[in-house]
Amino acid sequence: MSALMIRDLHKSYGGLEILAGINLEARTGEFVALVGPSGCGKSTLLAMIAGLETVTSGEIWIGDRLVNSVQPKDRDIAMVFQSYALYPTMTVRQNITFGMESRGVPKAEQAEAVKRVAALLQIEQLLNRKPGQLSGGQRQRVAMGRALVRDPKLFLFDEPLSNLDAKLRVDMRTEIKKLHHRVGKTTVYVTHDQVEAMTLASRIAVMNQGSVQQFDTPKRIYDRPTNMFVAGFMGSPAMNFIPARLTGATSIAVRAADGSDATLALAAPLPAGAPKDVVLGVRPEHIYRFTTDLKSRKPAVESMQAPVELVEPTGAETLAVLRLGDLEITGRFEPDDAPVMGETITLGIDMSRACLFDPTTKALL
Amino acid sequence: MAEIALNAQHDPEAAAAARRYFWRRFLIYAVLALFAVIYLAPLLVVVFNSLREQSDIARNGLISLPRSFRLDAWAQAWGTYCVSGTCEGMKRNFFNSLWMTIPATVISTLLGAMNGYVLSKWRFKGSEILFNLMLLGVFMPGQISLMPWAFLLGKFGLTNSTYGLVLIHVVQGISFTTLFCRNFYVSIPDDLIKAARIDGAGFWRIFRKIILPLSPPILIVTVVWQFTGIWNEYLFGVVFTSGQQQPITAALVALTAGGTTARAYDVMSAAVLIGALPPLLIYLFGGKYFVRGLTQGAIK
Repeated sequence: MSALMIRDLHKSYGGLEILAGINLEARTGEFVALVGPSGCGKSTLLAMIAGLETVTSGEIWIGDRLVNSVQPKDRDIAMVFQSYALYPTMTVRQNITFGMESRGVPKAEQAEAVKRVAALLQIEQLLNRKPGQLSGGQRQRVAMGRALVRDPKLFLFDEPLSNLDAKLRVDMRTEIKKLHHRVGKTTVYVTHDQVEAMTLASRIAVMNQGSVQQFDTPKRIYDRPTNMFVAGFMGSPAMNFIPARLTGATSIAVRAADGSDATLALAAPLPAGAPKDVVLGVRPEHIYRFTTDLKSRKPAVESMQAPVELVEPTGAETLAVLRLGDLEITGRFEPDDAPVMGETITLGIDMSRACLFDPTTKALL
Repeated sequence: MAEIALNAQHDPEAAAAARRYFWRRFLIYAVLALFAVIYLAPLLVVVFNSLREQSDIARNGLISLPRSFRLDAWAQAWGTYCVSGTCEGMKRNFFNSLWMTIPATVISTLLGAMNGYVLSKWRFKGSEILFNLMLLGVFMPGQISLMPWAFLLGKFGLTNSTYGLVLIHVVQGISFTTLFCRNFYVSIPDDLIKAARIDGAGFWRIFRKIILPLSPPILIVTVVWQFTGIWNEYLFGVVFTSGQQQPITAALVALTAGGTTARAYDVMSAAVLIGALPPLLIYLFGGKYFVRGLTQGAIK
């Protein structure tokens, strides 16, 4: 059974359409991430699931209940906000019990629940402090505690990590993942950070301009993005888009730096009706320095020449900017085997991992 | 550091700079002191006169240092001085003012907080227009509403009563208190309200448990503002009440219009000071918070 089901959901303010027909579902216990650039409607969608925004048309089901016009407090949800939204005049303990008090839970039960959650999140020593006396990471924990104490059907997270510094963000990300494993609650998690979405979610909905572009497992989204938006949004550095021309049923030509055409064999034939001009999408990590050894290990690797314009070592890997025709592409290399600036190297492009897109519809071929 | 200072040679340039700095400061403080004296002079004159004997005032003029000292004028002004036949001093009018100002301040502040809460956190279609209309009241001079109030008080049977004045000041004050509170509450993050709604709190519970505890800075501002404003108000008091029902501001005028006897400047001075004391005290105790509250947002 699905814990959350969204059918053809629309939202508009006046004439402005924010969400244009969203379909989504989360199975019980699943971790779904909504990811997209700012203004794509992901936070509005979350607010509608929470009941903080009205529904223009469409249906939201939580469990087996249609909740379109149900009050937030009766939806059996808990939410963690980007700003944490801790009540500033209350202690951590009061913050956590506020919801239970509103719902008239007996005092003894409240104390028990606080104890359980405080132990789970290791915030026992903070219970009598005010939010103003806590660090960012501690506030984050308290905000999660306030949500966890409810034992809801559905957890909603609205960019919970974006106010933390880079290191803390990675730590808390790991903790959220562990927590989800332990608690096993259905979770909808909004983020603009594709790495967060990839690492946390069991399924990702990539959104753009008010609609879901692709809803699939992180691996499928990364390997087989349905269109150029998804391909470009997921992954950093972004996928390289190289204009190419079909030269046969299973080969394409791309422009090399010297203006000549390099012919690359496709790993699989294109479907019938594919356009003559296509866009070759290659992720930086599928670009190698070509060797015969590589070819024997990865038979789909195709080679071409490219001058190295710039090298950026990051420690764990080295990024190289390579020239192809009049465009620059990025390759990701082992630091020990990285090209040097000014060198012209023979690239190996793993065509079995490459994607081909239609340049007019932007869709995957 | 210390060594350098000890071994420092006399530096004529630095000494000149220090001298210039001293004179510049001196000038600034001198000007400030002069203005302070100018502002305080009237108060000083009134305080002196309230303590001088009537004969001393008659002999040496209104503006002069006291050559006598006694508190009789204060006692007279408070309890026994005769105004148009009744010899009760300002006591009754003082309490009239108090029983008018306290409820009017409390009620208008609470209504302002409620209005501000609704207009900032529970916006509805047309709430901005409503707010702008309420703002008009801030810029509306009181005398415009004299006639309508005369009509309404007559209808309610509240003419010549403190209750009538309370009603007037509550209504007249709402635009100010609403403006103050609404602008303060706008700076409280909406996420707090959303979180509380998911937590199951309703309109009133959110107001009581989340908004009000955050409100002391702005409530102090509105209370100070309303208390001084209502206490010092004169027009409505003098138009809608008379005699024993008058607030002290209106009664002070009756004092000066006394009659045929020589003007009792000592009693008048004391009466004026009695009438000015409560707002002065409020400002003395609340002034610090007043300034702080005006500049501070809800959440640091």
